[in-house]
Amino acid sequence: MDDLLSDFLAETQESLEVVDAELVKFEQQPDDDETLNNIFRLVHTIKGTCGFLGLPRLEALAHAGETLLGKYRDKALIATPDTVTLILESIDKIKEILDYLTETQSEPEGGDEEIISKLVAASEGSMEDVAASEPDPKPELEPEIEEDVVGYDDDLDRELRPGEVSLADLEAAFMAADGPDLEQLAVEADEAIKQEAKKEAEQKEVKKSTEPLKIVQTVRVNVDSLEDLMAMVSELVLTRNQLLQTVRETSSDDLKLPLQRLSSVTAELQEGVMKTRMQPIGNAWKKLPRIVRDSAKAVNKKVQLNMKGEQTELDRQVLELIGDPLTHMVRNSCDHGLEPGDIRVAAGKQEAGQINLSAYHEGGHIVIEIADDGAGLPTSKIRSKAIKNGTISQAEADAMTDNQIHRLIFAAGLSTAAAVTSISGRGVGMDVVRSNIEQIGGTIDLKSVDGQGTTFKIKIPLTLAIVSALIVETRAGKFAIPQLAVVELVRTTLTGEHRIETISNARVLRLRDKLLPILDLSEITGEPAVQEEKAAGFVVVMTVGEQRFGVLVDSVFDTEEIVVKPMSDRLKSIDIFSGNTILGDGSVVMIVDPNGIARQVGSLNDIEQSSSRSENMAIDDESKTAMLLFFAGGKEPKAVPLSLVTRLEEIDPQKIEISNGRHLVQYRDTLMPLIHAGGAPSFNEKTPQPVLVFTENGRSVGLAVDEIVDIVEEVLHIEMADNAPEIIGSAVLKGKATEVLDVGHFLTLGFHDWFERAAADEETQEAAAKRVLLVDDNAFFRNMVKPLLSAAGYEVTAIESTSEAWELNEAGVEFDIIVSDIEMPDDNGVDFANRLSKDLRWSTVPRLALSALEQHDLEKIGATTAFTDVVRKSDRESLISTINYVLQLQGEAA
Amino acid sequence: MSEQIAATGKKVSDKDQINEFVTFFIEKQIFGIPVSDIHEVFHPQAITRVPLAPPEIRGVLNLRGRIVTAIEVRVKLNLPALEQGQQSLMAIGVEINGESYGLIIDRVGDVLQLPVSKSEVVPMNMDPVWQKFTSEIYRLEDQLLIILDIKRLLDFETKSEMAA
Repeated sequence: MDDLLSDFLAETQESLEVVDAELVKFEQQPDDDETLNNIFRLVHTIKGTCGFLGLPRLEALAHAGETLLGKYRDKALIATPDTVTLILESIDKIKEILDYLTETQSEPEGGDEEIISKLVAASEGSMEDVAASEPDPKPELEPEIEEDVVGYDDDLDRELRPGEVSLADLEAAFMAADGPDLEQLAVEADEAIKQEAKKEAEQKEVKKSTEPLKIVQTVRVNVDSLEDLMAMVSELVLTRNQLLQTVRETSSDDLKLPLQRLSSVTAELQEGVMKTRMQPIGNAWKKLPRIVRDSAKAVNKKVQLNMKGEQTELDRQVLELIGDPLTHMVRNSCDHGLEPGDIRVAAGKQEAGQINLSAYHEGGHIVIEIADDGAGLPTSKIRSKAIKNGTISQAEADAMTDNQIHRLIFAAGLSTAAAVTSISGRGVGMDVVRSNIEQIGGTIDLKSVDGQGTTFKIKIPLTLAIVSALIVETRAGKFAIPQLAVVELVRTTLTGEHRIETISNARVLRLRDKLLPILDLSEITGEPAVQEEKAAGFVVVMTVGEQRFGVLVDSVFDTEEIVVKPMSDRLKSIDIFSGNTILGDGSVVMIVDPNGIARQVGSLNDIEQSSSRSENMAIDDESKTAMLLFFAGGKEPKAVPLSLVTRLEEIDPQKIEISNGRHLVQYRDTLMPLIHAGGAPSFNEKTPQPVLVFTENGRSVGLAVDEIVDIVEEVLHIEMADNAPEIIGSAVLKGKATEVLDVGHFLTLGFHDWFERAAADEETQEAAAKRVLLVDDNAFFRNMVKPLLSAAGYEVTAIESTSEAWELNEAGVEFDIIVSDIEMPDDNGVDFANRLSKDLRWSTVPRLALSALEQHDLEKIGATTAFTDVVRKSDRESLISTINYVLQLQGEAA
Repeated sequence: MSEQIAATGKKVSDKDQINEFVTFFIEKQIFGIPVSDIHEVFHPQAITRVPLAPPEIRGVLNLRGRIVTAIEVRVKLNLPALEQGQQSLMAIGVEINGESYGLIIDRVGDVLQLPVSKSEVVPMNMDPVWQKFTSEIYRLEDQLLIILDIKRLLDFETKSEMAA
């Protein structure tokens, strides 16, 4: 009896979940006979089984529910939201009793007369609203089966007789208990409605053919035995890994073949066992329609839940763990995400809010998306709330993008229920949702578009038991990093292509034109920081949500399938680890939790902004300039300002092509001219060719060098050199005379019109030692012209806008010459010059215009009195000579 | 299983039974742990240090496919940890809440069968740190045997006390 009862409990729980979902569906489509039949059958089965097991209270409840459902099925009554609610209530009551049964193995005391009498009343049609709607329901709801009403009386009789279920019915019910068996259904339906028209049967046939029945023999297996099996397979995988490692070391051929077989069998076994644990995600979604219905009703909204990809399978352990977060989020979408119907209509949307739930596989994980078409997150409210409770500072808030603000709903503290509900934002317990998802190695991110809705994207591993991980080593030992989060590996060296730089104590790596925040895994794990040698290492580039960062490690071993073992309770508080595992060599390593690391990155998020700021500062502040040192043709080191270099590349010499006497290489889908810094085109033939890439306005030029040596930051004293056009001058760097190359020269070799293109943005220079004020909004040009003018002996202040110029004016700074761009986004150079000419203090300062325009335009500008002279941007020689000339004139005049 | 015994330790003594303890030494002091709490005695090898872990956690190690957390009993008792490599380590394997722990000790002694009548309550003036982990004391012929409560030793029952 015990076994029977527990089987009954398990089955009934499952059935009730289906009933819940089906009832909601039925409520929306009251003419969907198949859904109704399914519900009826399930309830009927429950009732029948209860009678068989001697559970009178459950039986009575189920019977009353069944009676009402029977009325619907026979079209004697039309379902209304109220009566459906009533049935749902009775289902809830059944669930309560079942819970009690599970604990005590007997039904609780008491009765359910109240709800039963309501059900009976409803089925007799005496509920007021039911009664009101009952008499003439046929026209709209039963268009093609009106004749079925003929069966009304028979069925009424039948339904009213208690305990009328025939033995055949009961047996049928048991047979049908395992799933939607439409044939049984048909039999049952035939018996129940004797006059059922053939037409309807035909309809069923049609439906059946579109949904072929799968008759698969199944065995109910205790979940624990599956878990045990999985644990054993995990051990097997471990042992195999160990064997593999041993054999690799001994290189014994005898073992290789059997080991290979063992290996493949193990893999298959692992997959097979994993499959037994897989369940469609739809199982976790079953209760959602009911939840949506109830919460929608509670807030008086119309909400439609659409589900896609229910069949997507994942490990049952994972499934159990995401159930609650999902429920929470769907409820949130209902409560907060979707606007009330009238507002929706006013906004031009359909009245019923849509919640789209979808799931699909992507790599080794499953992606679940929860999207609503509501109003989107209230950005400003979240921002002010976050500032108010100290999650972020005002300054931080100003620097954050909307998306970053939205993500604050995942922050703890922002989401205490009362607080967030009062700002009517979403986010009740979103931090809990996030931590739940992170606990199972998943990530969550969101995207919200104002007025169009919010989409949450959850990415979780298919299984928790075995994951693929990258084994790395740091000063603190070996660690495993789950592959799920790893995007790529970058090898860094002190001087090579990828080099880690430091910006106000934060490490960054230039990777494809972007700065990537870098964390040193050794330091995260509590090792003291090493000042000097971050020489060679690997950066593991990871993404967590939309956060992207690099983790610096000393070395990288291979990828291993690892069996995740939970950490001891005593270690759980260390949030950078998610578990531990045994490697092939038998040693234990900790598994790094990408989410834990991401939290450490935290404030580094704004690194791009701060970096650009500090770069600007470095330029304006006359102190140090970072120079990239390299060799190119000759024994003397050469250097260019690092700030001009976009990227360092190593290019396969095979890929260097020659066209029309010029060297080209395919670089990011375009042809990039290559110029050798040593003058003669002595490109490497076998070894990778180191190349400095300069990019501006989407165009790149590669400057090939022999060897990249170092990066130094020193105060630059450039001495003007001979007349070689490619050299600005020489400077002492790292104690050695170094030629500072004129990058502009090489750029124009690559693209003759380089500076015309760059001309949209310029800067002015002023020399004052002649002191030069350089105003140009283009950082590239500023960076290039400034060392050039410095080399020519001027003291240069480079700024990016005319407003900064006025600030300097007000501050009482004096200049000997002002060099200004003509075209700037926030001002016009000519207007600027005109205003300057009327300025009390600066009116006498000569003004030089920089322009990318053609000669005749230049003459036009020159003809105005605003500027003393005008120079083409690309013509650096005449820039210096003109400045000299103008200043000379000035000096003579004075 | 171990839970049960830990919880009913007192009851057993009331019935005047013989209790069995595995004894071990730290410096000169002899300690005991009920046999029923102990899974095995082993030489821990290849301990992986766990960064950021509390000081008494020496690391984790692989014991026949299980991951065992190695705890320095010395550190818990406010004694300096043994220098690594000084001698091969000894550990007592216990299991709590399904997790395996290895208690690193100086050396293992005999298994003693002691009548409950020789049990004493913990003296009030004992070092409070030690007192916290001691469940009872047995009078041996030439010394006193301190019976450790491994649950408390491993912080599974002391959190609230410590908070208070």
